[in-house]
Amino acid sequence: MKIAVLSGKGGTGKTLLSVNLAAVSPESLYIDCDVEEPNGHLFFKPQDIKTEKVNVKIPQVDQELCNGCRVCVDFCRFNALVYVIDKLIVFNEICHSCGGCRLLCRKKAISEIDKEIGVVQSGKSENVRVLTGILKPGEPSGVPIIKKLLQDEGQENEDVFIDCPPGSACVVMESIKDADYCILVAEPTIFGVHNLDMVYELVRIFHIPYGVVLNKCLEEEENPAEDYCLKNNIPILGKIPFDIELGRLNSNGEIVARKQAKYRELFQNLLNKVKKEVQHETASNT
Amino acid sequence: MKITLPVDKKSKDANISSNLGRAPYFLFYDTETEEYNFMDNSAASSQGGAGIKAAQNILDNGAEAIIAPRCGQNAANVFMTAEIKIYKNISNSISENIAALKEGKLTPLDDIHPGFHQHGGRQ
Amino acid sequence: MKQLLILSGKGGTGKTTVASAFIQLAAAKAYADCDVDAPNLHLVRPLASPAKVADYYGMGKALIDEETCINCGSCRQHCRFEAIKESDGKYEVDVFACEGCGVCEAICPVGAVVLQPDVAGELRVYKDKDIFSTARLKMGSGTSGKLVTEVKKQLKDETENLDIDLSVIDGSPGIGCPVIASLSGVDMVLIVAEPSLSGISDMERIIKLAQGFSLKLAVCVNKYDTNPDLTHKIEAFCREHGLPFAGKIPFDAKALKATNQGQSIIEVDCSAGRAVTEVYSNTMNVLNKE
Repeated sequence: MKIAVLSGKGGTGKTLLSVNLAAVSPESLYIDCDVEEPNGHLFFKPQDIKTEKVNVKIPQVDQELCNGCRVCVDFCRFNALVYVIDKLIVFNEICHSCGGCRLLCRKKAISEIDKEIGVVQSGKSENVRVLTGILKPGEPSGVPIIKKLLQDEGQENEDVFIDCPPGSACVVMESIKDADYCILVAEPTIFGVHNLDMVYELVRIFHIPYGVVLNKCLEEEENPAEDYCLKNNIPILGKIPFDIELGRLNSNGEIVARKQAKYRELFQNLLNKVKKEVQHETASNT
Repeated sequence: MKITLPVDKKSKDANISSNLGRAPYFLFYDTETEEYNFMDNSAASSQGGAGIKAAQNILDNGAEAIIAPRCGQNAANVFMTAEIKIYKNISNSISENIAALKEGKLTPLDDIHPGFHQHGGRQ
Repeated sequence: MKQLLILSGKGGTGKTTVASAFIQLAAAKAYADCDVDAPNLHLVRPLASPAKVADYYGMGKALIDEETCINCGSCRQHCRFEAIKESDGKYEVDVFACEGCGVCEAICPVGAVVLQPDVAGELRVYKDKDIFSTARLKMGSGTSGKLVTEVKKQLKDETENLDIDLSVIDGSPGIGCPVIASLSGVDMVLIVAEPSLSGISDMERIIKLAQGFSLKLAVCVNKYDTNPDLTHKIEAFCREHGLPFAGKIPFDAKALKATNQGQSIIEVDCSAGRAVTEVYSNTMNVLNKE
């Protein structure tokens, strides 16, 4: 069972939810796809960390073979190549690794070498295997790291939780595309609704079953996100109350479900509900 | 000597553009013949790497010096490799800057800003 | 015109809430929303007249002409982005995966693949008594840095001949290309931090990034009472690094209510509103100090 947790804006509680769901599951794999700001590891503090580099291909020029025809310079839509006096120069950080320059070079003056754009770290935190993707600042795309992360599909007995980047851009699409189910996290503000609307559209494009978890709910206050769900017939999986104690534990990097029985119960109930929904969806699809 | 300035319109009374890579036009001025030539900056609409492409175009048109308010790291690297000097403008006026350059009053540009690459790159 | 940019690193710390309060307090005549992935500022600004809307074009997207295609599969073989799918011997482009590099177009032996211009979002400008520049990126697009530049250019173009002292710019989360694009040419950055381990880690990264630019910097803390210990830590961090601390704003259910009614938090009498007023005056002192 592969579950992606996403939200249109940052700070709604994606990491809180995915970390704690992974913690209450008997055996699980937690994957942090927010490669620009990976924060899940701050909670899990995983042990036995193994680090693997993630590389992309970038061009390398043999200036002896280059005849200055500039086919590659004219081709590159990212403007990563220039020809200065009698030398071809590659701007590595601009390159998108499409391989077009090597392919088009008639003199075979361009070969490819690896460039590190970040790492994938794996470790263990009690019942949870923790995978974290970390993009180097200034790199153009986190997609190759997300692809690498999602190659680990989890073992048969493991529940997989994917903590997505915020927004609805291409990195989010990459993170959710093989998920069995998507949990959309929303906060009770009109901002929350506006951004829920964006990810709601996204999961429908991908035909992935979905449900919403309402976070930071205040009793006796209106909840525009809840109204939005009711209006659009979006299943509400559960509510996490606005709770000073929960907020404090979480802000200190604690996994609340491991700290206190009442929070364990809260997330256990949520997980049960999610599992039921996934089974229901799988059954109705076959 | 051929000098290039990023400008906001194709006219001698144009203002100097604040951004080299995304300036709409370039002025090429020849100090010997005193000729003015304006060129469209085809890099202006680039998604990313506009500075690099603009630098290539400036280079290909034979510039030997550039006057600009600021310059990205990547374009600056291209100019350095090509041994082209970049000067800081003293005002927005084309003629004032050209006169200052002739009198040797312009100073080299040190406002080379970092991290502007990927301005339009895919995230 | 001085430009004040509001940033945070981490999402959801309250950038837009602070920005809308500042716009109100300063009676700012010009403002912009640079969070083109998830723009929200328009939700709390009353907008009387309709916006002027313009398409924003991103990188092109490949399109395979089915009639011309000989189904050789060369494009699929050479695409590094897995953007060409095959089903029943027919080839099709996955527009969400396509990065517009043009390899398929160059490699196709029969010229069946052509890159098409692609609308990746839209730019909007509202011109009432104020100028408000904003944009929204289409889902699945990734070319937001350039769009941020366009939002700022639009604001600049529209205000060029007007006598305006201050513009307030709402930024985007992260430390990536949209944030770098939003930093260009601003006079000051106010960072809205959140007292959590994640928030502090992200705040330190954004400060490091902003210090690479020649601009003024100040920090405020939102929802400070949700973790007073970590708030102290942020204050200490600012002292240590010589960064002006502009104040702290409490968590306030009344503020939430105001926001949900499309109001700025200074329009209702609440503790968060009073705190943000103080943050504003401290920020202005830093901005206007010579």
